[in-house]
Amino acid sequence: MADQLKPVRWVLAKVLGAAFVLWAVATLIFFGIRMIPGDPAEAILGGPGSQASPEALEQVRRDYGLDQPLLAQYAAQLGRLIRGDLGDSYSLRMPVADLIANQLPGTLLLSALSLLVAWLLALGLAGWSTLNGRAAGVVASGLEIAAAAVPHFWLASVLILLFSNSLGWLPPVNTGSADGLILPVVTLALPLAGFLGQVMRESMLAAMSSPFALSARARGEGESGVLFRHALRHAALPGIALSGWAFGNLLSGAVVVESIFARPGLGRTLLNAVTLRDIPLVTGVALVSALAYVLVMAASDVAERAADPRLRTA
Amino acid sequence: MSIFSSRRSHRDPALAARFPGLRGLEIAAAAAALFLVFAACFPTLLAPFDPLAINPADAFQAPSAAHWFGTDESGRDIYSRVVHGARPSLLIGAAATAIGLGLALLLGTAAGLGGRWLDFGIGRILEVLFALPGLLLALVFIAIAGPGITTSVVAVGLSTAPGYARIIRGQIAQVRSSPMVEAAVVLGRSPARVLGRHILPNALAPVFVLGTLGLGQAVVWASSLSFLGLGAPPPAAEWGAMLAAGRTYLGTAWWMTLFPGLAIVLAAACSTVLGRALQRRAVSR
Repeated sequence: MADQLKPVRWVLAKVLGAAFVLWAVATLIFFGIRMIPGDPAEAILGGPGSQASPEALEQVRRDYGLDQPLLAQYAAQLGRLIRGDLGDSYSLRMPVADLIANQLPGTLLLSALSLLVAWLLALGLAGWSTLNGRAAGVVASGLEIAAAAVPHFWLASVLILLFSNSLGWLPPVNTGSADGLILPVVTLALPLAGFLGQVMRESMLAAMSSPFALSARARGEGESGVLFRHALRHAALPGIALSGWAFGNLLSGAVVVESIFARPGLGRTLLNAVTLRDIPLVTGVALVSALAYVLVMAASDVAERAADPRLRTA
Repeated sequence: MSIFSSRRSHRDPALAARFPGLRGLEIAAAAAALFLVFAACFPTLLAPFDPLAINPADAFQAPSAAHWFGTDESGRDIYSRVVHGARPSLLIGAAATAIGLGLALLLGTAAGLGGRWLDFGIGRILEVLFALPGLLLALVFIAIAGPGITTSVVAVGLSTAPGYARIIRGQIAQVRSSPMVEAAVVLGRSPARVLGRHILPNALAPVFVLGTLGLGQAVVWASSLSFLGLGAPPPAAEWGAMLAAGRTYLGTAWWMTLFPGLAIVLAAACSTVLGRALQRRAVSR
């Protein structure tokens, strides 16, 4: 009976947790922006440089409810958010929800591809170094540290220099075609592979010297057989546990990568919104990113249990 | 985060023995870090030119014997600018790390010692901060507070705080339930003495390690913000701002992008290697 209730309680706890996170993000931004000196009506009309007339400012204050008491504005804002209305962007004069719906698929595709490539690179390097002894381990360790230390914005520039300007193989900016995705994906995947590789390789090495690997060898299994049939699963575990963190790393990196490669996406939208201080758009992107992050975290919990039987009995 | 979760394996001496090249890597990283710190303290001893002196006749020179890393669009020597850039770039990273660690110490200690409700409340706060990973939290903070060096330092510090706080909280909770603390309580030591003499010194040991490991990440994030035009403004000899200027001339003057970026990679890699070395020593002690 208790076991049947457990998943229900788990889902309920996750939903409540997500709702709390979204409420907190919306509340922090709402009150944060009002603690900063400056006229919100002026911001709506394009900032202090816009030279808005007093009549126009008065009009905006009435239209956006800025003449209401602060708590009434807050309640109205929360009410709109609960109904799924993210408001209109100050800079683009479009519903924020539509803008985000247009931008989200590009970022999700970029993140998913990058995660896949990062996993393949990290596992490949771990497997290669495990089968090739000490020197390979040092090489792999050095490669991982270097890859993890490389900032996205610099890697993107160097890749453009190499593959677009010198070799002319790939387009330097988004052209809408599939080969425009290669450089952005590599830019996001390499540093992530450096981080993931460090943990995956250590986990793989530990598995290779464990009793179950020894007994597999005693049964006559070759080194690569032990690696693929036994150690690979152990190397994947920390990767799964870190996939929520990895997704966050990709969302954060997408801000830089999308703006360098001129790709439409959530990150570039957020950067533009921050530069123009378009608060409804910033709030919208922050809420959608937070929701996506919470969902991925929950999914990685489930995946971790599915991949590691030891967690289920515990 | 991944660097922290890999900690357990460092307790395994056999694993350390498997990487004989590690020692050489650590010595090289220590030497490079010393060089960077020296450049930050005494840039004029290493740099032959004024980092801000404009000389239009020398604009866009490729790397040569006179200008090792070439010159930029105003004829400024890139090598001198990279050397002079060490101080602002490292200071910004260090300040951000200090803010992040300070905030994390406050939250982590309160959560680890303050009882169930405080622990629960701080846990929820951290969950909210975690939901805007990396640059996202920094960007939202800048959207509210406006761009600039000071806000970008605070923004980066804020984004690193939740990761540190979670580790410090775990450490405090672990020490608190250790036999050593139990013994001190049974012996009738006052709570203040138990806290000051036993819990804090043991729980705060990893702070130094975390700071060393995190410094590189902070330098990378802060320079990313400068690159995006939200941190140090362009004429400054700061690595991220130099890269932002080089972006316009990527097709013609590759040296404007390559060298400042290498400096960031060097700083970040040193911080990782040295942080992990400290971590291994702290654990094996």
